[in-house]
Amino acid sequence: MATPAAQQVGAGKKPEKPRKVYKRFQSPGDRLFDLFNFIFLSLLVIFTLYPFLNTLAVSLNNANDSIRGGIYLLPRDFSLDNYKYVFQEATIFHATLVSILRTVIGTIVTVFCSAMVAYTISRPEFLLRRFVTVTFILTMYLNGGLIPNYLLMRDLDLIGSFWVYIVPGIIGVFNMIVIRSFIEGLPEGIIESARIDGAGEFRTFMQIVIPLALPALATVALFTGVFQWNSWFDVFLYNSEKANLSTLQYELMKMLANSNSNSSMTSASAFANSANASANFVTPTSIRATMTIVASLPMIIVYPFLQKYFVKGMTVGGVKG
Amino acid sequence: MRSQETAAVPSAPSAEPGKVGRWFRTLSKQKALVLMSVPFVIWIFIFKYVPLWGWTIAFQHYRPNLGMFEQEWVGLEQFRFLFSDDSFLRVLRNTLAMAVIKLVLGFVTAIALAILLNEVRIAFFKRAVQTISYLPHFISWVVAANIISTALSIDGGIVNELLMWLGIIDRPIMWLGVGHYFWGILGASEVWKDVGWNTIVYLAAMTMIDPSQYEAAEIDGANRMQRIQHITLPGLKPVIIILLIMNLGNILETGFEPQYLMGNGMNADYSENLEIFVLKYGISMGNFSLATAAGIFKTVVSFILLFGANSLAKRLGEQRLF
Repeated sequence: MATPAAQQVGAGKKPEKPRKVYKRFQSPGDRLFDLFNFIFLSLLVIFTLYPFLNTLAVSLNNANDSIRGGIYLLPRDFSLDNYKYVFQEATIFHATLVSILRTVIGTIVTVFCSAMVAYTISRPEFLLRRFVTVTFILTMYLNGGLIPNYLLMRDLDLIGSFWVYIVPGIIGVFNMIVIRSFIEGLPEGIIESARIDGAGEFRTFMQIVIPLALPALATVALFTGVFQWNSWFDVFLYNSEKANLSTLQYELMKMLANSNSNSSMTSASAFANSANASANFVTPTSIRATMTIVASLPMIIVYPFLQKYFVKGMTVGGVKG
Repeated sequence: MRSQETAAVPSAPSAEPGKVGRWFRTLSKQKALVLMSVPFVIWIFIFKYVPLWGWTIAFQHYRPNLGMFEQEWVGLEQFRFLFSDDSFLRVLRNTLAMAVIKLVLGFVTAIALAILLNEVRIAFFKRAVQTISYLPHFISWVVAANIISTALSIDGGIVNELLMWLGIIDRPIMWLGVGHYFWGILGASEVWKDVGWNTIVYLAAMTMIDPSQYEAAEIDGANRMQRIQHITLPGLKPVIIILLIMNLGNILETGFEPQYLMGNGMNADYSENLEIFVLKYGISMGNFSLATAAGIFKTVVSFILLFGANSLAKRLGEQRLF
């Protein structure tokens, strides 16, 4: 949406220089403000991080010792048994594989397809350009809703299949617009000269546009990857009866549901009481903490390094969408 | 959306046969581009436009075993039933309450945090706070709900321990077991997860404010609060209004995951929203028609709100979305 405000943000004049931290006289009020600001933001950091660190500590603590409570930031009786147990459990190991598979395949397919359509609608001479663009953009505002989508998946026979994770999302309209904006910003001469040298459209796309648009493709890949890794609702809706298509997030969701239902002999505790478990001394609580860490760790490790891409995509998409 | 894009599909095939011929000749020269895009147009037609036809089942007494044209049409009966159903009205109340809490809390906290971050003069500290505050955005709601329910638990959850240590409560409270706490817990959870992420847009807008304005204000003797009030906030106003309009259009999209994951039998009266109603009636009970009717109701209200907010902004002479 090229909104007026957004244009102001994006196309507005760039600041000539990064905002200087101008040296100046500081009034007592200013210093007080700085102090309170520092304290407040530090509290925010603690408020954000503490739950993660606490979960990590519980997952690295001996399960029987955790029952006593009182574990805050550091494990009291360090042990890797919880992790050993989780990865020895066939269900979870398999679910991890499915999670990785859908993240990798889903990301590659979505990035490639979105980029290809984005390229065609960035070509000014393409006769169907406006038709294709409008067809895609309208879907951002129209949505059939849960039930019609469910019935469609049923009619297409996608229920109970791995492809229900991939096919409904092969093009993200938002992603496509981010890539198109980027391609339109490339110097026009580059694509033209490839064409004069005799390269066809597809070759131009593969050999010129993809390498040049890598920053935009990275942004889209990251958004898609996070989305795929974190999805659980499609598993729940379409594949809840297919144990071999379960994902890590869905397994964790089942554990949460069981702990919420508060009954004494739920499947999570049955899980923990299985023969393997009693030998390793694990409890539902410690398994849940361990799974929480396993399910979030890839994102937590990856995102600080890719932060600039995320932020860029967020502002580009918001501005030029 | 750009206005040129909302214009009609190519009007090229006009009355003259010569023109039509030329149009097709040009198109056949562009067959590579056609092959690269048209398959995906077919894909989007199947996956996004065909389900729109599914809206018709809200006006039927849908039976899955019958074909598309053998269904019994019942007019607005499903809608009439919906509005006489107590559980639907309760779900509607929950949805509205969650929507308002989410909108107000989401805006206020994100703008406040962006302003505070903008005032930090130590670059390293600012970057560190930003990076950490984005973190919860990248985890799934499943993970977040696990973490939150652990923090709120009665045996050793940090929230209860902290409140007891401070002497505010004298015995642990089962936070997720008391219905009327749910809206507050949901609001707080959403702030925890997304407040950092939501500052990005505002921080980007702040970099566009001319630094000389701050310098001039300072020379004129304006203090910190006055500079925030008279320079930063007015600078953010266009972005705030646009986001407000967009969010009003989505106001009934109160999400589904946190309510579903943190909801339980004890707080169901307060945690069930429209999406859960649709899921419960549609998928679990197989009443597709009623569930679709509830979904349509949501979409129609969203559209009315979107256009209403937009024309209100127009009348007030503010920025608008379209």
